[in-house]
Amino acid sequence: MNYKNGKELLAICKEKNLAIYDVAILNESINSSLTKEEIYNVMKNNLDIMKNSIEKGLDEKEKNIKGFMIGGEAKKLKRFYENNKSICGKTMSKAISYALSVMEVNVSMGRIVACPTAGSCGVLPAVLLAVKEKFDLDEETVVKGLLTSSAVGIIIGKNACLSGAEGGCQAEVGSASAMAAAAIVEMLGGTPEQALNASAIALKNLMGLICDPVAGLVEAPCAKRNAIGTSNAMISAEMTLAGIRSIIPFDEVVIAMGKVGKMLPVNLRETAEGGIATTPTGRKLRKKIFGEDKVN
Amino acid sequence: MEYSIFDIIGPVMIGPSSSHTAGAAKIGYIAREIFGKEVSEVRFYLHGSFAKTYLGHGTDKALLSGVMGFLPDDERLRNAYEIAEKKGIKYKFNSKDLGDVHPNTVRINMFSEDGHEMMVMGSSIGGGKVSIIKINDFDVDFNGEYTTLITKHLDRPGVMAAITSILAKDKVNIAFMKLYRDARGDYARLILESDEEIEMCVLEDIKKMEYVDDVTKIDKLIL
Repeated sequence: MNYKNGKELLAICKEKNLAIYDVAILNESINSSLTKEEIYNVMKNNLDIMKNSIEKGLDEKEKNIKGFMIGGEAKKLKRFYENNKSICGKTMSKAISYALSVMEVNVSMGRIVACPTAGSCGVLPAVLLAVKEKFDLDEETVVKGLLTSSAVGIIIGKNACLSGAEGGCQAEVGSASAMAAAAIVEMLGGTPEQALNASAIALKNLMGLICDPVAGLVEAPCAKRNAIGTSNAMISAEMTLAGIRSIIPFDEVVIAMGKVGKMLPVNLRETAEGGIATTPTGRKLRKKIFGEDKVN
Repeated sequence: MEYSIFDIIGPVMIGPSSSHTAGAAKIGYIAREIFGKEVSEVRFYLHGSFAKTYLGHGTDKALLSGVMGFLPDDERLRNAYEIAEKKGIKYKFNSKDLGDVHPNTVRINMFSEDGHEMMVMGSSIGGGKVSIIKINDFDVDFNGEYTTLITKHLDRPGVMAAITSILAKDKVNIAFMKLYRDARGDYARLILESDEEIEMCVLEDIKKMEYVDDVTKIDKLIL
């Protein structure tokens, strides 16, 4: 039941009348020595760790959830949307605060789930938990969403890449966003075709996104990029469920992302030698944190 | 290669970077497992993206932790330096162009108290996944996600068949197998990967074989 790409995945879903999460579990049980129940439980455990990461960064009692440049922004946003008229709307604002929270926990060398990477670890937890709370979904529905997202991630991994060093931020936050978009569609009752449609839109929207970490850390612009990954997933899912189709099919978008990644110069691929990393303020921060302007 | 859904949703790790923290810790851990001895001195040579961003991603702490035997989700990772100093382990980090390799590649030279040494080269290829690409003079290719057996044996007819029949007798199912022959010498290395655990007695049987110099087993890393 292995699938090389979205087309093959959808064919399996159609032929066997399965959801994407069914194929994900079945495939995993065939390829590994785990039973379907064990696979479900490991995924559920991952969801629990994600929940803990969100809570930790928003816990007013925790004082050390910070890096060199970020820390406390998640709490700021939470206070804002709880006490003011939100521009984004409470669900999106909440989701963003969740994404920022997980990123802050990550940067303080706390425990997170890489999904697909640590640099993008805020997107899936944020989207899953915010949508769960908004629509009062049960845990099983969310685990199925998570399983759906994993299949999308596998396709991107096989046909493009999942690391900033190889493909820039489009490969990390872009991929996470595409995965999360599919998860939302599944959780809200969409079809496998719609799930991949949402993934296509999400990935397209972040095509070309470079990896330009200030001072080489996973803080700026990373935490706020997780915010865009989160909101982008939500808007892609919304457009999809409204019936809006991606003009370019998912598989082609994935391959395009991989190619764009290869075309990106190496100083825009996680070497901190381009983009905002080399702005005057970026350089000043690097010097302040590491006592030097250039790493040898 | 076939992805697991837990390659994508996972690993559970200590941040901040799956490529530069978790992957690095994993490479260090596997390197130590291959060496099979306590490391008293270690030198790291970082390439590309690894070399440029290692300070802020805790790559140094992660590599050092791994080489000391800590897994990537071990919270002691952030105190790697203090722990290494306490254990009296000598360490050095350098940057070096390692040639045509993945951007996140590191060469690890390990030394033991009793004079043994080994070089392991590995790449962190994203999402916490790694690829071990060189052991001393041999180019290799495995990822630590299977129980891995590495033998060093004299390149003679029948040795391979004898090794695999010991495994067959013990019903060990082989997932991947690759034989590397040393161009200059008489030796060959077999790298064998299995889904299952391999008992120590199987290892002992292989070690006792004529022409087999050494066997190392690395248990599969699950996170």
